[in-house]
Amino acid sequence: MKIDIILCGVGGMGALSSAAIISKAALEMGMYMKQAETHGMSQRGGDVQSHLRLSDEPIASDLIPEGECDIILSVEPMEALRYLPFLNRETGWVITNQNPFINIPNYPNQEEVLAEVRKVKNHILFDADKIAKEVNNPKGTNMVVLGAASKYLRIDIEKLESAVRGIFGRKGEAVVDANIAALRAGREVADKM
Amino acid sequence: MEKLLLLGDEAIAQAAIDAGLSGVFAYPGTPSTEITEYIQDSKQAKELGIRSNWAANEKTAMEAALGMSYAGKRAMFCCKHVGINVAADPFMNSAITGANGGLIYIAADDPSMHSSQDEQDSRFYGDFALMPVFEPSNQQEAYDMVHYGFEFSERYHIPVMMRITTRMAHSRAGVVRRDVTKQNTINLPEKKNQFILLPANARVQYKELLAKQENFISESETSGFNKYIDGKDKSVGIVACGIAYNYLMENYRESECPYPVLKISQYPMPQNLLNKLYEECDTVLVLEEGQPLYERLIKGLLGKGKKVSGRLDGALPRTGELNPNLVGKALGLNVKEGFPIPSVVAPRPPKLCDGCPHIDSYTALNEAMKEHGEYKVFADIGCYTLGALPPLKAIYTTVDMGASITMAKGAAEAELRPTVAVIGDSTFTHSGMTGLLDCVVDNVPVTIMILDNGITGMTGSQKSSATGRIESICQGIGVAPEHIRVINPLPSRLEENVKVIKEELAYQGVSVIIPRRECIVWANKKRKMAKK
Repeated sequence: MKIDIILCGVGGMGALSSAAIISKAALEMGMYMKQAETHGMSQRGGDVQSHLRLSDEPIASDLIPEGECDIILSVEPMEALRYLPFLNRETGWVITNQNPFINIPNYPNQEEVLAEVRKVKNHILFDADKIAKEVNNPKGTNMVVLGAASKYLRIDIEKLESAVRGIFGRKGEAVVDANIAALRAGREVADKM
Repeated sequence: MEKLLLLGDEAIAQAAIDAGLSGVFAYPGTPSTEITEYIQDSKQAKELGIRSNWAANEKTAMEAALGMSYAGKRAMFCCKHVGINVAADPFMNSAITGANGGLIYIAADDPSMHSSQDEQDSRFYGDFALMPVFEPSNQQEAYDMVHYGFEFSERYHIPVMMRITTRMAHSRAGVVRRDVTKQNTINLPEKKNQFILLPANARVQYKELLAKQENFISESETSGFNKYIDGKDKSVGIVACGIAYNYLMENYRESECPYPVLKISQYPMPQNLLNKLYEECDTVLVLEEGQPLYERLIKGLLGKGKKVSGRLDGALPRTGELNPNLVGKALGLNVKEGFPIPSVVAPRPPKLCDGCPHIDSYTALNEAMKEHGEYKVFADIGCYTLGALPPLKAIYTTVDMGASITMAKGAAEAELRPTVAVIGDSTFTHSGMTGLLDCVVDNVPVTIMILDNGITGMTGSQKSSATGRIESICQGIGVAPEHIRVINPLPSRLEENVKVIKEELAYQGVSVIIPRRECIVWANKKRKMAKK
């Protein structure tokens, strides 16, 4: 089994914590992994991305080759589109929140952005912010998107939940529960589709 | 031994702690910062008493590391690629003094300039100084090489360089640890004049350095970090340096590479292995993450031997990072393609944070400069470099650490009036103080704004050597106290701040304005830490 994932968004939206959760779950399953992140200037409200590669066998490159990514997991729709050159044209999934994060003056027309996402054969485009609010975790959009993606990650949701417990444990039971609730709510969306 | 999930930077840090490090010396710089931060945060390092505070700049850091090596203990220096320029003087000369305690210099290069002003390749410096260079291809190798590097350094009495790139620095993978080595005790150099580079001594030591090259090459042949992997198809022989080896192997994930491959992770080049590849193959393809240093050397100036391909003949792009697809194309493979980026996607460049004090400093400066026209503000390296972008568009230069003050001085001496330098607090103590002294000595009319946000912001909130010292430094250097003006960069203070800047622009001497307000990211971090 080999799975290549790009996690993306804008600095501060939690794309990198989703990467940490998947990594932790994969490591507990004894898989090989490599995870390349962008740091530095991306902390200043720029785009953020992480290449996460999991496999049963040793992994050569830290970067995912173009055209071979299995899942683009994004908390922002335009950011999901930015990494389309990496997506496997036939089998790749784009799973993204539909609400734009507008911090640039020339943000494109929202409908045009969403239309581009819909052009990808396999996609889940949904209002993850709304679902996060419904489970009383308005900051949990990234967890909702991760929950939706879990269906295609080939990692049991229980494993992800235990990774959430491991990573957020020191922040207290309430934070863990809120994130697990968001994760499950996201998974329900994918299951209903 | 336990397996840890570590960034390349963290693997180097953990390796150094385990290998008997006594001190790390560094100035923050992407992508090298996390090495020192990891040691600063490590419980194990604290228990072992490893020193790890930030230095004022790379030169002071490297010299202190050399001093620790002089005393017989293991020391490490870390910087981003351009930091080696700052430390070039001790770098070149410490190859001639040699080391005593194990000494490793880490240079983190940034091909594609993700967060830098150039993509210089630090391997040139290693070659220039005749110093061995290690270039790990993965996190485990980086970990192992630090152990080997310290032993190598002590065996041959030579500082060694480890060169990594952004992808290695900022990518995580599993790393298996080794047993912990005890720190050295004080053990002074056997030769009393080893570190005295008087010409008569230096000539002798330089010859010794040249004589050691044979040993270095022989280590490169046998250490195991360089490997010759045979292949049936001799039409091409591939030299794959550092992480370029991974991109090569990614292309042969489902089959074996048909060509002979020379994996290079240690320099000087292993001449026997390289010669074997060259003799056996019809052509050579050189894959280097960075500049085409060895491609050019293998090819020779006239290129009269076998065909040598790489970045110079267009097989690979001349600039930027490599990746699996670029390497696949250079091999003539049919590489997959994804979808193009839809034209609707707009760039999302980094920008100053909401509430950042630099925004208010620039707003006031722009207002005060309105009557003077464009091209008169010289800036420096830091978050405030983003003041070049719209809507602020406040600055006209960014060259290297400290160049704002000295370039403003030179332009003023060309009679450009007025000239303004904008420099951050940490950049000021890194390389701005000596430039300020030049301004004072020549009494040049420049207005210097030292943006004091109390932290090294750009690299993620590291302690600044300038904190609490700026006014006394400026006074000590000789700036008149009445022309050291502290302002509070807040929107509500705009009017009075503009007035202060205008007054100092009118002054025909050296003035320093210090807009002082805490970095908003750092203020938020502190609040969160206080809650815990």
